Amino acid sequence: MELCEYTAHELWRLLSKRQVSSREIVESVLSRIQRVEDRVGAYIRLMDDMALAQADEVDSLRARGEPLSPLAGIPIALKDNICTTGIPTTCGSRMLELRHTPVYDATVVSKLKRARTVLVGKTNMDEFAMGSSTENSAFFTTRNPWQLQCVPGGTSGGSAAAVAASETVLALGSDTGGSVRQPASFCSVVGLKPTYGRVSRYGLVAHASSLDQIGPLTKDVTDCALLLHVISGHDPRDSTSAERPVPDYTLPLHVGVKGLRVGRPREYFGTGLDQDVHQAVEEAIRSLGNQGAEIVEVSLPHTEYAIADYYIICMAEASSNLGRYDGLKYGYRTAAAEQDLKMVVAKTRSEGFGDEVKRRIMLGTYALSAGYYDAYYDKAQRVRMLIKRDYDNAFQQCDVLACPVSPFPAFAVGEKIDDPLKMYLADIYTVTTNLAGIPAMSIPCGFSKAGLPIGLQLKAPLFQEELLLRVAYAFESSTDHHLRKPSVV
Amino acid sequence: MQISLEDVQKIEDLARLELTDADRIKYAGQLSAILEYFDKLSEVDTSSVPPMSHPLDLENILRADDPGESLAAEIVLANAPDRTESCFRVPVILEQ
Repeated sequence: MELCEYTAHELWRLLSKRQVSSREIVESVLSRIQRVEDRVGAYIRLMDDMALAQADEVDSLRARGEPLSPLAGIPIALKDNICTTGIPTTCGSRMLELRHTPVYDATVVSKLKRARTVLVGKTNMDEFAMGSSTENSAFFTTRNPWQLQCVPGGTSGGSAAAVAASETVLALGSDTGGSVRQPASFCSVVGLKPTYGRVSRYGLVAHASSLDQIGPLTKDVTDCALLLHVISGHDPRDSTSAERPVPDYTLPLHVGVKGLRVGRPREYFGTGLDQDVHQAVEEAIRSLGNQGAEIVEVSLPHTEYAIADYYIICMAEASSNLGRYDGLKYGYRTAAAEQDLKMVVAKTRSEGFGDEVKRRIMLGTYALSAGYYDAYYDKAQRVRMLIKRDYDNAFQQCDVLACPVSPFPAFAVGEKIDDPLKMYLADIYTVTTNLAGIPAMSIPCGFSKAGLPIGLQLKAPLFQEELLLRVAYAFESSTDHHLRKPSVV
Repeated sequence: MQISLEDVQKIEDLARLELTDADRIKYAGQLSAILEYFDKLSEVDTSSVPPMSHPLDLENILRADDPGESLAAEIVLANAPDRTESCFRVPVILEQ
């Protein structure tokens, strides 16, 4: 096994015993990138030289016996909507391809720097995090390392593919309606969407502000716990971040699931669910039962309204957030010789944004416009309350929920891109967690007959990440799905 | 909900976009289909349900009014598409 294939916690052990250096780990990751990246296309930008310099710095600190965090010297990749000082941050868009070199770090980046992780590069994504396949990147489509003709999922498809192909050890993505969990399930890695407010959104380019959260993508549950610990916490720069202490997320991992009640939401196992996915998820739930969890049937009755509700809210917020791209202060500005400000702004936006982004801005604008606000936006906010109450009621009867992440495994590149509504419907099992704000994660739970990864989704009440990780760890320990490596390697 | 070409042009104007005729036709069809799907929400009785704008119960937070460091003008202007001295240069906003 090459060093790049190890988990962060395994590498931490080897680093502590001085059996490897951080430089060796980074070199291993870079050589893997060199071998597979032209086929996978996970990265928008690589930071090779900077990464090696950072690794050397950690190695010399370690040699001097300085106290270091568990993730010191470990390679990490960041989704390209997370601001990094001096490193262009494109959001997968022509709008920010040029003239968007941030002058500040996102709070998660400051935290990673303090922990001395090594930044390998910025990963590909659907433009402004809008999509479910990474095909909406303005630059190129990332491929699924398990089967290159398939999408890696989205919108954090670059981060998920990079972890799956060992082109990094750790990665961060962002999740507005499933954008960490769905690519994690398509690529057989672990992905977690924290509770809204758990992780600061400062420096995460805004998509839908009441839904967005940054989350880890890792090779196993222990790495997920370690990375979540580093990025969590209150931030005075994000007024929506929660003032709650950050627990050591690795502590409860070994407790097991005995006596826990695992809820199976019946609406998540109906028509439209692929047979292989259905089978793998049921098997995973049975395995939790075999370990002593009590399996209870629960209901989330408003699930059929999830997609309509989520997309109205997310498009309304996005149309407002993306109003800032006017070509005046940074980013793309039209080359057309327009004199009129309004025309300059309209041309800049029409040339700078891709199809899906324009579609969502228009739908969001429409939903917020005079005469339609009550029928769409206000209505959606009320249904959002009902969806939240569904979860409140379900969590009266169980401690965590277990269900599929996506109705089907990774689909072929090009298969759904021409039908936006069809693409939206694929998000049915993930979007309501963002509406309710609760944490959820995806962990590998098997493969389809065609050999494509399948994820198990776990959901917990607000701020119960420890519970989530504990159940995920118990499941992971009883399986070896997370140990399988994709064919591209 | 059927979206006409005139509706598309009205939304375009509100959203500060400028589409080609071909795009207008494409978007009119796609927006109609998506909005028709969104209309599903009208099945739900929400007369006694309050709107939810946010997942957490948060209150407005004000930071202490302590002066801090500001970014230098050169840094702020570093990404500007056009500039003149220490200002962003933009098209004419007011009639001359």
